[in-house]
Amino acid sequence: MVEGTLGPEPTRRHFISWFLGTSAGAFLLSVFYPVGRYLIPPKVEESMAGSVKLTIKPQDVKPNSGQIFKFGSRPAILIRTPGGELQAFSAVCTHLQCTVQYRPDLSHIWCACHNGHYDLNGKNIAGPPPRPLDPYVVNVRGDQIVVSKSA
Amino acid sequence: MAAPDSRRGRLRTWLDERVDLAALEKLAKKKEIPVHRHTVWYYFGGMTLFLLMVQVATGILLLLYYRPSAEEAYESVQFLMTEVQFGWLVRSIHSWAANLMMFTLFVHLFSVLLLKAYRPPREVTWFSGMALLALALGFGFTGYLLPWNVLSYFATQVGTEIPGVIPLVGPFLRRLLRGGDEVTGATLTRFYGIHVAILPALTVLLLGLHLFLVQKHGMSIPPGVERRGGGRRTMPFLPHFLLRDLVGWLSALAILAALAAYLPWELGQKADPFASAPAGIKPEWYFMFMFQTLKYLPSYILGIEGEIVGVVGFGLGGLFLLLIPFLDRQTARGQPSRLFTWIGIVIIIYMIVLTYLGYAVSPTK
Repeated sequence: MVEGTLGPEPTRRHFISWFLGTSAGAFLLSVFYPVGRYLIPPKVEESMAGSVKLTIKPQDVKPNSGQIFKFGSRPAILIRTPGGELQAFSAVCTHLQCTVQYRPDLSHIWCACHNGHYDLNGKNIAGPPPRPLDPYVVNVRGDQIVVSKSA
Repeated sequence: MAAPDSRRGRLRTWLDERVDLAALEKLAKKKEIPVHRHTVWYYFGGMTLFLLMVQVATGILLLLYYRPSAEEAYESVQFLMTEVQFGWLVRSIHSWAANLMMFTLFVHLFSVLLLKAYRPPREVTWFSGMALLALALGFGFTGYLLPWNVLSYFATQVGTEIPGVIPLVGPFLRRLLRGGDEVTGATLTRFYGIHVAILPALTVLLLGLHLFLVQKHGMSIPPGVERRGGGRRTMPFLPHFLLRDLVGWLSALAILAALAAYLPWELGQKADPFASAPAGIKPEWYFMFMFQTLKYLPSYILGIEGEIVGVVGFGLGGLFLLLIPFLDRQTARGQPSRLFTWIGIVIIIYMIVLTYLGYAVSPTK
């Protein structure tokens, strides 16, 4: 192209390039937006039950032991302290979400994944966990245990 | 005797006219491999490639029996191992070859790092190699979950929680990886798709680029060797180096066969989302140094949660490793770069010590 001849051609070319560019952009957007949305999993209604009746009988939980039970869609732990008291916590470790267990030899709650320790009140006492376990309220009615979220 | 020869000759001419065999032959004959005291490290890239091919072949075989759902995955692998003839062997080879491949990949990575083969003009080769490392780790992480056993379930629980602690985007990433808020059958199906379709497709692209660049630039002669005036001696790739390469591949195959046959990979217990994580739980050894570091970090470091410090720290470490071709200006200028040699050695020692501690220290301490 000869310099200085700014006829209608460059403008038309510019317009067509712009048109092509925006169409290509719009095309890519119309492909990648649905794909992106598709990849995000839909929200599933969580069972937000405030309390749960356990199939475990109070007499089945020996002192200095613990059992995992299902609280909604997440695991929780029911423990009987060496003193005989029943307590329940979320069993999801506050560090990286492993499921904790009761260690009778240490008489407290322990997470196997990264060696996190919690005392009998669910408080993080050693290892990497940054927060205490969420406590639940335990009620014994006859031979039935009902665990509910604290108010 | 003459007839088959001339028939072969005719086939050759026919092919040559259509696909230009002569050009390929010329290209293959032109390739030369420098001979010096570090030549041995050139074999590990090819060995990694060989083990990848083993993975593709055994992976395809496993696909014929595997069922990607929480209800059936464990049972289908159990069926494969107990009922299907040689099913145990195919799965064992797949698991062991994965581990050997990670090992040869690390040897390849660190030999390239210490011999400064990332220097100009091979930066893009280094980047594509680092991306392939990320893909390999992704393969390992997603494949580990597929048998749906207790160990893999909790490894995934922890592994998907790790991006979840990244500030701002963490919870979104965790949901995207898990296919929901928890590790469930949805996660298994998602990991399956990633493991058998998405990662292989990306690997083909990146590996193509990586191998193309290796052919384009030729083998890097370590700057230390070059400065001493060495590395002029070469051997032809065909057949000298290729035959030596084959010895390496056969050795890898022999080790693989011995491991797969004498130490068959176990299946373990079926995953139970409502059971405690078992004592002594461990990730695969190539994640061990990170796992062990997370164990040692206190719950708070300077007011920030320890796990965030750890995860962000490893992210920055990976970024540092990726950008080494740009950071190591001395090597780029052709000068000796002691600092980056030491950085490489420190990284290797850190990984070895932490991995050793991961296996040696009692898990309950």
